[in-house]
Amino acid sequence: MNEVWFMENIFERVEVLVLKNRSLSFWLFVTPTLLALGLVVFVPFIYGFIFSFTDWNGLRATQFLGMEHYINLFQDREFLNSIWFTIKFAVVSIILVNVIGLGLALLVTQKMKSSNILRTVFFMPNLIGGLILGFIWQFIFISAFDSVGSLLGIEWLQGWLSTTGTGFWGLVILNTWQYGGYIMIIYIAYLEGVPGELIEAAEIDGANPFQRFWNVTFPLIAPAFTISLFLTLSNAFKLYDQNLALTGGGPYNSTQMVAMDIYNTAFSDYNMAYAQAKAVIFFILVAAVALTQVYYNKKREVDL
Amino acid sequence: MKEKKRNKMLLQIVGILLALLWLSPFYLMVVNAFKTKNGIFTDVLGLPTEWTFDNFRQAFIDLDFASSLFNSVLISVVSVGIIIIFSSMAGYALARNTSKLSAGIFMIFVAAMLIPFQAVMIPLVSLFGQADMLNRSGLIFMYLGFGSSLSIFLYHGAMTGIPKTMDEAATIDGANRWQLFWKIIFPMFKPISVTVMILNLIWIWNDFLLPSLVLSSDQATIPLKMFFFFGQYTKQWHLALAGLTIAIIPVIIIYFFAQKHIIKGVSEGAVK
Repeated sequence: MNEVWFMENIFERVEVLVLKNRSLSFWLFVTPTLLALGLVVFVPFIYGFIFSFTDWNGLRATQFLGMEHYINLFQDREFLNSIWFTIKFAVVSIILVNVIGLGLALLVTQKMKSSNILRTVFFMPNLIGGLILGFIWQFIFISAFDSVGSLLGIEWLQGWLSTTGTGFWGLVILNTWQYGGYIMIIYIAYLEGVPGELIEAAEIDGANPFQRFWNVTFPLIAPAFTISLFLTLSNAFKLYDQNLALTGGGPYNSTQMVAMDIYNTAFSDYNMAYAQAKAVIFFILVAAVALTQVYYNKKREVDL
Repeated sequence: MKEKKRNKMLLQIVGILLALLWLSPFYLMVVNAFKTKNGIFTDVLGLPTEWTFDNFRQAFIDLDFASSLFNSVLISVVSVGIIIIFSSMAGYALARNTSKLSAGIFMIFVAAMLIPFQAVMIPLVSLFGQADMLNRSGLIFMYLGFGSSLSIFLYHGAMTGIPKTMDEAATIDGANRWQLFWKIIFPMFKPISVTVMILNLIWIWNDFLLPSLVLSSDQATIPLKMFFFFGQYTKQWHLALAGLTIAIIPVIIIYFFAQKHIIKGVSEGAVK
């Protein structure tokens, strides 16, 4: 009797020790990243949110202003312009990047000798930072476009980046050239998962190439659209480096996107609390768009 | 059959033309980097009539390239190393622990991906400035914070492919969690670690905004130095283009050798 009790007690104590040890090791494994994420993302996020209701100058705040900044920024021409410019850019970019990306993916998944080299070439811009790409394209738009324009007598190729319109299309071209190859990679991953027999069966049934794509391939690569739309949208909204390097926001801040407007309000005008209020609105915008899209796409995938 | 062959030929030609179009910005950058200021003025599109290396010599000196390359390598390699070590640990622990708390912590990491950098940028700089952490180690710590979400997400996903029996077998053999992780699990993480490494390397190597807010000019990375350099030589394209060419050479060399891994890594990172 005593012996049994003794054994049970031992087992219990070992079990408690193991459990305790398990949770200790759990925290040992999780704490470093949790601490970094907390200190780098969540603490500043909450801290900034609170100080966006004050006259915070980056170091201290002396009074509570309530919604003042938020009311002001909805009458702020420059901020509203930057939001409108960003939305226009995002819509055009999403369409072009995805059309080009899917087109390139369809091209390089045809069994050709040059497929691998083509993939490598189309993806290459994505290894180089947006800042450097923006500088390279600044040269292309200003000097190369101008020189082709005067060589062939095409007037609209001259004076690029000096107007709002050419600045807009310059950013769109740069963005499409860069992310087209990135999105291509995602479509390739799904296209390669489409069974060849399915396509052949459709071919035997007399489907033309367009029908084969629309009725067989397209539904099978639907998840690729979820991912690609999400990626292009969030990239377009957060674009900063390319904006800074290509147009610098000019002429007269007319090609300034939201990310750059927030930066300039904070670090050129030193209007920290006001810039933070803009940043909060920016967060709400980005998060809302992302969540809507994930929700909508999940629903559609299930329906299919 | 004949028609099919002709179509393939046509596709091949379209592909090559598109590839040339894609490469044309790089072509224009390189050829004009070899021209004199006058050479660019008279002809932008053609090859240089006289090749000059002077642009590269001066750009190399003004970019302080040896030092900025060193800074870039140091910061990228240390940051990515730390991200791999700590994210794999967390991804493992969060996947194996089935408690609600663990699921909640995982959700926090995923939710953090919704917060754009600009939403935390200003208070981040202010707080780290007050803690006297606006330097290299502060930057590396920030990269761990920003990079951990996606990396943990990827490691967490990779755990579904590693059966629990692996853990149990090792525990019976007397290994504790620490040994179990480093001797058994981490080696099995190798494919996903390559993906995590590539994604974070591309991001950190090319990052401009965060280092520009954190680092002083003597610690400048390549993108940061490039920004100052470009500002210094506006409208002096022969020098600016030589600088840009130098700046992307390290990336092109690595891409040449590791392109298969890189494309695979990016693909896996995006699709999962």
